[in-house]
Amino acid sequence: MSFQRTQEKLKILADAAKYDVSCSSSGSKRANTNKGLGDATGMGICHSYTEDGRCVSLLKILLTNHCIFDCTYCVTRKSNDIKRAAFKVQEVVDLTINFYRRNYIEGLFLSSGIFKSADFTMERLVAVAKKLRLEENFNGYIHLKSIPGASDELMREAGLYADRLSVNIEIPTEAGLKKLAPDKKREDFIKPMVKVKNEIIQYKAEKKIIKSTPKFAPAGQSTQMIIGASGENDFQIMQTSNHFYKNYNLKRVYYSGYVPISYDNRLPQIGSAVPMLRENRLYQTDWLMRFYGFDVSEILNEQHQHLDLDIDPKLGWALRNLHEFPVDINTADKRMLARIPGLGMKSVYKILNARRFRKLNWEHLKKIGIALNRAQYFMVCESNLYEKRDLTAEKIKGLILQNSTSKYQKSLSNQLNLFG
Amino acid sequence: MKYKNLIYDGTFDGFLSAVFYVFEYKLETVNIQNEFVVQQGLFSEVERIITDDVKANRVWQGLKSKLSTQGKYQLYYAFLSEQIGVELLLLDYIQYAFSKSKNVDKDYAHPSVLKIAQIAKSVGREKHRMEAFVRFRLTSDNIYFANIEPDFNVLPLIEKHFKRRYADQKWLIYDKKRHYGLFYDLEKVEIIRMDFPENFDFTKTDDKFFAEQEFEFQKLWQDYFKATNIASRKNMKLHIRHVPKRYWKYLSEKQPN
Repeated sequence: MSFQRTQEKLKILADAAKYDVSCSSSGSKRANTNKGLGDATGMGICHSYTEDGRCVSLLKILLTNHCIFDCTYCVTRKSNDIKRAAFKVQEVVDLTINFYRRNYIEGLFLSSGIFKSADFTMERLVAVAKKLRLEENFNGYIHLKSIPGASDELMREAGLYADRLSVNIEIPTEAGLKKLAPDKKREDFIKPMVKVKNEIIQYKAEKKIIKSTPKFAPAGQSTQMIIGASGENDFQIMQTSNHFYKNYNLKRVYYSGYVPISYDNRLPQIGSAVPMLRENRLYQTDWLMRFYGFDVSEILNEQHQHLDLDIDPKLGWALRNLHEFPVDINTADKRMLARIPGLGMKSVYKILNARRFRKLNWEHLKKIGIALNRAQYFMVCESNLYEKRDLTAEKIKGLILQNSTSKYQKSLSNQLNLFG
Repeated sequence: MKYKNLIYDGTFDGFLSAVFYVFEYKLETVNIQNEFVVQQGLFSEVERIITDDVKANRVWQGLKSKLSTQGKYQLYYAFLSEQIGVELLLLDYIQYAFSKSKNVDKDYAHPSVLKIAQIAKSVGREKHRMEAFVRFRLTSDNIYFANIEPDFNVLPLIEKHFKRRYADQKWLIYDKKRHYGLFYDLEKVEIIRMDFPENFDFTKTDDKFFAEQEFEFQKLWQDYFKATNIASRKNMKLHIRHVPKRYWKYLSEKQPN
């Protein structure tokens, strides 16, 4: 490995890969059984964090940033005048192994620009994973990108070596895709996703009968959507997200606030702010859907197509549904506890456990670590002190905002000024 | 009622032996102190506890029947925090656990149970951080070496993780604060104490000790770390929350080039 050449390539190809937000390294069950290198059984580990506060868990690089496509939102698009580079298969293997041995990373996240054809590209990605597994005895985490349009045969092979596969649909609606990436079709994204989904189901079924059945993408599939590039509203985005969770058994949908990288007039201009607050609200909604028992239509529907920026989506829902409150902390079921604004699932479980020993009062709740600023208006406990006034939703919202400082205060006032 | 000051040898078994002693003599007002951090009380009677595996084990087995596996781990984790006075909290918890017929480890409205759960959580967080922030450097005699200075004594907790993960390389993790380390020789993990050369700088990679290629990989890692950052999303507050500054000095990516 020539150090200087590798160094230059690494700079270019890591820079080009950074817009993919996934860094998850959990959920696999690949144990180190052969006295080889690495183990991907436990929870994921973030080995470091960049200055933007994002986790660094995997060596996230492109195999190459040469690309035959010209998607406007993408930094490696054909027409963009940037330095191009390409790794050799062995270079990626060496980097991964040496970073892993030093405990820098949990594994590799390999993506690529599309050169020549989908299959030609996918073949190279698979070759890297195969070499890591078979020649290097590597049991760490491997996340491969599914190249849109790749053949079923290659996708099957990819799943045998990778822990996770992902294909980014990027633009939430087909209309948006048509506008921003005219030479790409939705079907091309879906095809590998369907293949992998079916294989996962099949391998799981076979494993029940024959224990030695190899693992197939044990950490499942994920996808990513760009937020704020093509004008979709939150309702459309979460509908798409829900559709993919339900129909393709995805483990994760990632939302990536668009970072302006182009002067194309179909897109937000360079210098405009990354919609980080909106991204955050979408993730909160995603969590409510997956872990808090909400149906997406309770939060976003024809009447409410936009998430509030100044309050979180659960509080927003609660304020529209005051008739469901107050909830009695000492008797309510899990479902209702999870719906109290300010209560996370960890707090819910703590309450469920602690109340088996005694009735809980405010003092207990505070000590346990429940954030009462929001919760107090929506609950009662073992105490005569509770909110007895019949407050309107507006009034409650005002009181809560008065007593809290959002970490987004600055961006909030900027974004609100736009409408002011 | 006399006030007894029990001094144990700093080991977990030693502490459990002290707990046994408390139950054996039905003591009511006691203090339990690690012999390395003893503060003498004025009017207290001092008792040196002899670590006894059999007695320690009886307490541990007793707890096993009272608590969940998680509850038991919490006690051990909290013990490793080495916080002043944690022994008394643990004793209070253990006495409470033995006094009840049902498992109390989730009774978060009980002060000691809650406090132990909180301390155990901090220790767990530190354990996880060490699994993340250990940075091995390849020495010239082919051992992957890392030094750490964790807030709590987490080496015993991370042994399994590193043994499973790096089964095919020799490694050594050294706790500089507590002066001991774990060394894996491709077969087993051993506890070792080491003498470092005088003015050995733990933050520097000296070519007298480290392999030649070590410098290149550190450089590549630093480059990667920089290239993967998105400048327009800069958020130092969040960054520092995830990687508190006290850990920076041994992180290769945080070293000046």
